[in-house]
Amino acid sequence: MAITNLFLGTKVRLVVEDPQVEAKAWSQWLRNSEYMLLLDTDPPVLWSEKTLKDRIEKDLEESHEDVFYAMIRTLEEDRYIGFLAFFETFWNHGDAWVAIGLGEAEFWGKGYGSEAMQLALRYAFNELNFHRVTLGVFEYNQRAIRSYQKVGFVEEGRIRGEFLRQGKRWDMIFMGILREEWNNNNPFQPG
Amino acid sequence: MDLKRSLFEEELICLAPIDPERDAEIEAKWTHDAEYLRLLKADIARPLSPAQVKKAYESIEKKVEEDKNLFYFTIRTRPDERLVGFAKLYAITWSHGTGMLQMGIGDAQDRKQGYGRQALSLLLRYAFDELNLYRLTALVPEYNRDALRFFEKAGFVIEVRRRQALNRDGRRWDLLHLGLLQEEWAQNGSLKIDEQGRQ
Repeated sequence: MAITNLFLGTKVRLVVEDPQVEAKAWSQWLRNSEYMLLLDTDPPVLWSEKTLKDRIEKDLEESHEDVFYAMIRTLEEDRYIGFLAFFETFWNHGDAWVAIGLGEAEFWGKGYGSEAMQLALRYAFNELNFHRVTLGVFEYNQRAIRSYQKVGFVEEGRIRGEFLRQGKRWDMIFMGILREEWNNNNPFQPG
Repeated sequence: MDLKRSLFEEELICLAPIDPERDAEIEAKWTHDAEYLRLLKADIARPLSPAQVKKAYESIEKKVEEDKNLFYFTIRTRPDERLVGFAKLYAITWSHGTGMLQMGIGDAQDRKQGYGRQALSLLLRYAFDELNLYRLTALVPEYNRDALRFFEKAGFVIEVRRRQALNRDGRRWDLLHLGLLQEEWAQNGSLKIDEQGRQ
C-alpha cells in the first residue's frame, strides 16, 4: 500500500486550525452576500467574530462523529480560501452529504474548489469507505454545477421550488457520486 | 371560512397530543418490530424501552417549543383514542415555506384501514392551509412500495432518486425524495374528497 497524504493536492490542502483563525475568515466571508446566497438557503446573518469563535468551539466540544470539517488553504501563498464538510453521515449505509464553499471570491472558477472536492472524495471513498456522497446545489449556481460534474457528480433530481429569492422560486438540485463511478474516474490513480 | 371543519379530526382518526405515560409502552412495542423501523427510515433500527421512548417524547416536545420548526401529532382512533401512529412536519424553513413530512402506523394490523390516509389528509391541510407552506418533501425507501403508492395517490411525485443510498439485507436500494406543492394539493384536494363521498 502506497501511503499518500490524503490532505494534500497540487493547488490546495485541507487543514484544521484553531477556532479563532477560522472565525476570523468566516466573519469576513459572511459579509459577501453573493457568496452566502450561493451557499445557503438561510437568510445571511452577520455574526461577530467572537460569536463565530464561541460557536466553533462549542461544535468542537460536542464533536459529532457524523461530521468532518476542514478548511481549504492554497499551496501558493498559503491563503485561507474556503471550507469543506461532510455531514448527516449514515454509517450503516455508507452515505453522507458534502458541502464546500470558497469564501474568497478571487479564487472562484480557477479549479481550486474542484481540486478540494477531489480531495474530499478521495478521503470519503479511501479513508471513510463511503459508498456514495450527496450534495445539494442551487439551480442558479451554474459555476458550482459545472465543477461538481467535472469531478464526477451526476444530477439525481430536483426539489422543485425549494427556495424563494428575488421573487422567484428556484429548484434545489441534488447530485450524487457512487464509489464505482469515482473509482473509474479517479484522478489520483497512478498510471 | 369554515370554522366548523376540524383541523384535527376525521371520521376514523384524530390528531392528538402525546400522552407520554400510556403511549411509551405502545411505541416501545413498535420499535421491537424492525420491519416497521426499516420501512419508516434510514436510521439504524434499534429497539427501545418504554423509558427510552418517554425520553424521546420529552426531547420532541422541547424541540417543538424551542425550535418552532417541528409539529408532532399522535394518530388515534375515534372515539376510543387508541394510539395507532404518529404524523409530523419537520425541518420547516419559514423563509422559503418548505418542510418535510413523516408518518407511521405502528402495528401492521392497523395498516390499510384508512387511518394513514385520513391522517395524511389532515396533516396536508394543516401544512398548507394553516402553516401556509409552499411545498412538502417526504422520504421513501425504494423497497417501501406501499408508502410510495400511498404518497403518489395523495399527489406527491418522485423528485429525486438517490441511487443506492440504502444498504439493507445485502443489497443496495435507492432513497426517493417525493414532493408535493401547495398548488397541486389545492387543485386535487376537492377531487379527493368527492371520491370519498364526503363534502
